[in-house]
Amino acid sequence: MQKLYFLIVLLLSLNTAHAGEWSGFASLESRYFYDDASSPLQSDSNSSFAFQPEYRTEWDKGYQSLTFTPFARLDSQDAKRSHVDIRELLWIKAEKNWELRAGIGKVFWGVTESQHLVDIINQTDLVENSNGEDKLGQPMINVSLIRNWGIIDLFVLPGFRERTFPGAEGRLRSNPRVDTSQAVYESSREEKHIDLAARWSKTIGDWDVGLSHFYGTSREPAFSPGEDNASNPVLIPHYELINQTGIDIQATLESWLWKLEAIHRSGQNPSFNALTAGLEYSFYGIYETDTDLGIVAEYLYDNRDETAPTPFQNDILIALRFALNDIQSTDALIGTIIDLDNDTVLYTAEASRRLGESWKLNLEIRAFQSVPIKDDHILLDLAYYF
Amino acid sequence: MKKLLTLLQKPQLEFFGIFSKRMFDINAYFKNSVLITCALLVTPVIQAETAEDKGLAIAKEFDQRDLGFSDSTAEMTMTLRNKQGDETSRLIRIKTLEVQGDGDKSLSIFDTPADIKGTAMLTFSHKLDPDDQWLYLPALKRVKRISSRNKSGPFMGSEFAFEDLGSQEIEKYNYKYLRDEVIDGLDCFVVERLPQYKHSGYTRQEAWYDKKEYRLIKIVFYDRKNSLLKTLQYSNHKKYLDKHWRAEKMHVENHQTSKSTTLLWKNYKFKTGLSDRDFDKSTLKRVR
Repeated sequence: MQKLYFLIVLLLSLNTAHAGEWSGFASLESRYFYDDASSPLQSDSNSSFAFQPEYRTEWDKGYQSLTFTPFARLDSQDAKRSHVDIRELLWIKAEKNWELRAGIGKVFWGVTESQHLVDIINQTDLVENSNGEDKLGQPMINVSLIRNWGIIDLFVLPGFRERTFPGAEGRLRSNPRVDTSQAVYESSREEKHIDLAARWSKTIGDWDVGLSHFYGTSREPAFSPGEDNASNPVLIPHYELINQTGIDIQATLESWLWKLEAIHRSGQNPSFNALTAGLEYSFYGIYETDTDLGIVAEYLYDNRDETAPTPFQNDILIALRFALNDIQSTDALIGTIIDLDNDTVLYTAEASRRLGESWKLNLEIRAFQSVPIKDDHILLDLAYYF
Repeated sequence: MKKLLTLLQKPQLEFFGIFSKRMFDINAYFKNSVLITCALLVTPVIQAETAEDKGLAIAKEFDQRDLGFSDSTAEMTMTLRNKQGDETSRLIRIKTLEVQGDGDKSLSIFDTPADIKGTAMLTFSHKLDPDDQWLYLPALKRVKRISSRNKSGPFMGSEFAFEDLGSQEIEKYNYKYLRDEVIDGLDCFVVERLPQYKHSGYTRQEAWYDKKEYRLIKIVFYDRKNSLLKTLQYSNHKKYLDKHWRAEKMHVENHQTSKSTTLLWKNYKFKTGLSDRDFDKSTLKRVR
């Protein structure tokens, strides 16, 4: 790893002749929780500040580039949520029929909206947002082979990133909390195990198809009960070695998007299959306005039933997405995920709007029904982009 | 605390087509030309050209004159103006690849507003079939295949609809020559264009082509109720490689809302050596 960083820093310094460019954002966020905290350590509100600059330079007519994206958050309440990460420190070289990426990067695989089963390269930065969309930077060497019959991506992933979890003072956590300092690994090399992954993807007419395999440390831990130094009960994350095969398909047919993601994972007994399948239909220019309305419906399945460590073993998502197509790019999404086996329901609403040229306001509301810990909340985030 | 629901915000850039004129099938053109030439040789010329024939011939000539640009790159500033005159601007870079026998490929990269910086759109346009489009969202590193169905929607909140900025393939319209008219000192053909692709927001358009250079000078759009909707004016035409005319300014005014949008183009470059490889999903993920 050290060598890799050294290489990148060397490249950066060699590259000073090529003027780079800074961009990024700084944001202020406030969260308010309706429900009383389950622990006296927690609070009903928190504020935090986040900063993510990005330096990018390219040369060789744009066929080589270097990107550096550090990230930092400072949270008023949760020490675990105050954290720094290198989201990206990546050198890319593109040739006629291959591409090479080396450093720390982020990769997204998949097509569905409610959850991302197939997406496995990067670890989830769960303290950022409980929706799991934020990811930690992953050390990688990635070779992309570009052929007529599709793109083959090969990954060597040296170095595992542990999932982040809210600390004792944080909301949106389990009770007892997850103690990341006691993480246990199946591999004797622990977080130094070198993971491997491969993916084939191709566009065939209206169809976009991907087939992938991953061997290495599971991004999703299992948990066992334990105690921390002060003899408080905690959950200890276990990171097992897994094999995961995934497929993702999207058919784009006029106003319809048909989507499927499915995985088979072994290594975390028992082996299991899971899928997300659904559709999205869009109405354009409703009621003679410029507003588009999208309807999203997805089915979420996991054959481990109620024993699954996922809440989505037999659930449906229904959501409405509004895009006003105005100058401020105003949009909104309201949705619900309903568990078909019990009374658990999640409600979510999100909206965003640009203010002026450089500011963006985000609003999120989440509410839960029939869950052990109710952490209904409202989040307001004001970001300045540069 | 597993993943909860999040759906991607739908970006406002559902579609971004090609700003160049499209080529049509060269073989078919030559075949027709040869047949017409033969016919002229063996039979007396009969003046039976209909208004439709003449309209189509003008559109073909317009198209023919731009063949062979191979590829182009350009930068565009889009200024949006509301009824009160408040202005806001966006910066977009566009790369285009000429494709023989089908619609062109294009890659659009968004530089401002800052919150969408790095967003990019890849379009494979087709003659009458729906275009293929992928959107790259840099924050998520996600490539999304998106529907190109939304022809009539506003492009980035502007007065340009996606279909205005898309490729101007011959097959996309039926034509009818209306009259000759002089505007701004230019002797023009006025041609009616009836959209033949699905989901257009227009019943018809009237397009002004100047007779000397076959450049688009003006287009007037009529909405689905056939009411006057907007006027698009092309100006500051410049000739590149001694052949390819491009308007440096495109100004559209919406007569129903009094809003307007101006596109200013600069740094046009042609035959820069781009290939299919510069217009694939791998490139979409790494361009800036």
